[in-house]
Amino acid sequence: MEPVEYTLTGAQILMTILQEEGVDTIFGFPGGAVIDIYDELARTPIQHILVRHEQGAVHAADGYARASGKVGVCLVTSGPGATNTVTGIASAYMDSIPLVIITGQVPTHLIGNDAFQEVDIVGITRPCTKHNYLVKRIEDLGKILKEAFYIARSGRPGPVLVDIPKDITKNRIAYTPAEPVRLKSYNPTYQPNMWQLEKVISLIREARRPMIFAGGGVILSKGSSALTAFARKTRMPVTTSLMGMGAFPGTDPLCLGMIGMHGTYRANMATGACDLLIAVGVRFDDRVTGRTDAFAAQAKIVHIDIDPTSIRKNVLVSLPLVGDCRITLSELNRLIEAIDFGDLTEQRRGWLDQIDQWKQTGALDYDQTTVIKPQYVVETLYRLTQGQAIITTEVGQNQMWAAQYYHFDHPDHFITSGGLGVMGFGLPAAIGAQVAKPRKQVVDIAGDGSIQMNIQEMATAIQYGLPVKVVILNNRYLGMVRQWQELFYDKRYACTGMEHAPDFVKLAEAYGALGLRATTPAQVETVLMQGLSSPQAAIMDFWVDREECVYPMVPAGATLTEMLLV
Amino acid sequence: MTEAKHVITMLVDNQPGVLARVVGLFGGRGFNIESLCVAETINPEISRITLVTRAEPLVMEQIQKQLRKLINVIKVRDMDKSKAVQREMALICVKAKPEHRAEVLRIVDIFRCKVVDTGIEHYILEVTGDEGKLAAIINLLKPIGIKKIARTGIVALFREPK
Repeated sequence: MEPVEYTLTGAQILMTILQEEGVDTIFGFPGGAVIDIYDELARTPIQHILVRHEQGAVHAADGYARASGKVGVCLVTSGPGATNTVTGIASAYMDSIPLVIITGQVPTHLIGNDAFQEVDIVGITRPCTKHNYLVKRIEDLGKILKEAFYIARSGRPGPVLVDIPKDITKNRIAYTPAEPVRLKSYNPTYQPNMWQLEKVISLIREARRPMIFAGGGVILSKGSSALTAFARKTRMPVTTSLMGMGAFPGTDPLCLGMIGMHGTYRANMATGACDLLIAVGVRFDDRVTGRTDAFAAQAKIVHIDIDPTSIRKNVLVSLPLVGDCRITLSELNRLIEAIDFGDLTEQRRGWLDQIDQWKQTGALDYDQTTVIKPQYVVETLYRLTQGQAIITTEVGQNQMWAAQYYHFDHPDHFITSGGLGVMGFGLPAAIGAQVAKPRKQVVDIAGDGSIQMNIQEMATAIQYGLPVKVVILNNRYLGMVRQWQELFYDKRYACTGMEHAPDFVKLAEAYGALGLRATTPAQVETVLMQGLSSPQAAIMDFWVDREECVYPMVPAGATLTEMLLV
Repeated sequence: MTEAKHVITMLVDNQPGVLARVVGLFGGRGFNIESLCVAETINPEISRITLVTRAEPLVMEQIQKQLRKLINVIKVRDMDKSKAVQREMALICVKAKPEHRAEVLRIVDIFRCKVVDTGIEHYILEVTGDEGKLAAIINLLKPIGIKKIARTGIVALFREPK
């Protein structure tokens, strides 16, 4: 029997392929250029979450992708709708999050004409997408969409933008399903080189002070259990970057905490003293390394990553290994299965004792007196949620305290804008995470500055009954910048005072959410308990110590081991 | 670490925007393009880009890796001069007053290039050669007076094994 050809509009082709790719949720905001797409969308079972700002759509898709492990999808209109997505796209690009962003475009005959709501979004996002496309013919639409999803989720994941002119969404063609994607110019390396793996194992045997440094790449490749098995079998302590929090259980005795500018004392000191550093799924960002020429100065560095450009970009390594983190760690686990590392434990006793000593330094201690300390809020939150909540953050001091005082035992539970550091990321990302995981407690740890950047998304949370909780560490300052001004600019607080803030309790209620406030330490636990147990979205406003600083801190240009502790 | 000149030859998908991607990569990451030449190959779906850049060895490594990472880039090779044939073409508009005309024509003869345009006070010469030859002829013509010059930048192909 002849295969049946039937005609579909561009909008219908888009819907067909979205469903073929397993998409059941889109975050978006309509407009003229995409009105035909929306018309079709309403006839599919795909859930559409209407945001209040396109930036919120991208951050929500980002949070959704990280919490679910699927590709996040957004749909926005042309012109300002598209330009409003740029920050979110750039953040996903820096953090390697798989997203497909569909932007409407003016009809093909108007492109380049300065038409109404026209922008060259492909040109604008070329440097901050993994790849992007302008669909010029409806015949190419199916193939482009399938390629977009393939590129977004494969190799080192990233955001892919597809710009679709309005006439193409309305035109019809006889649709034949696109062939499976095969790109001759794009072939990520997943399998590591077996000879290199053998070398890694001999390095582990020789090392007296070895450690593991794990990052976002481990989580993206779903390699957390392989990593945990590897670390425990070889008995090596583990530190993580900000993006790697949860890749290794935070409460495990081998866990050193976060590394870097605001990392723990023992993680940074261990890095400076180790003789073998096995780096998996990291890119040696400047927030992590401090002075690159002094980073892990005594160590041989093994660098496992799927992206060759990350290897030898910032830090020279002894043993580069291109490959998928999970596959590489699984292969290593297979090779070391028969080896007994017990004999090494004694030889490394000195190393582990030294690390224990560094742990006693107490750099993360704080004095909870009459003013609420922000660290106390995060610690109480950790206790009340038993460390099981999904935590998103904004950026700055709130972000750092969240990473320092909330311990993550599982991946996909810490969602933060690491590479780009977008203030206003946390609330929409929390919404996306809540959509992905409706039965989990999702909490956005925010600052009073950050939360105002995408506060309008509270309306989205209310519309869809998403009980996200916002914990505002309210110091009425742009906290992290103020800290730098205190430490390095003689307390000249230029333009960082934020005393003119809205009443967050009234603001929450204006949106139809629960609003709570704590101004004394005694109120902290009650407010948290009330907010967390409420069935609705809630904003909890904590008035914290205005001039509290994040410590430890590695000043810019200093070595990792030269931390400020007070 | 010293900067050195490198000739990079690339095969890329022949699609709109690919060149913009390559050039944007250089600009965005602070790499430098000295010259660039691009055209279709025998396969109409594939174009060849030949570009000249100057960088230290570690930066060269990054450049090549970043180029390979681009979705539309099929192949990237750094060309070692000894293993490749390199040529460049230039159109040179030379001032040629009566007292210089004979000299210009003698230079044309020596370098085996061509006169493709002439007028009372000028010649336009077409020169093809490796970078040494082009540098030499431009040097000789400078004192006479070069009004305008249009260069293609280097194109190159690896020699095939004999």
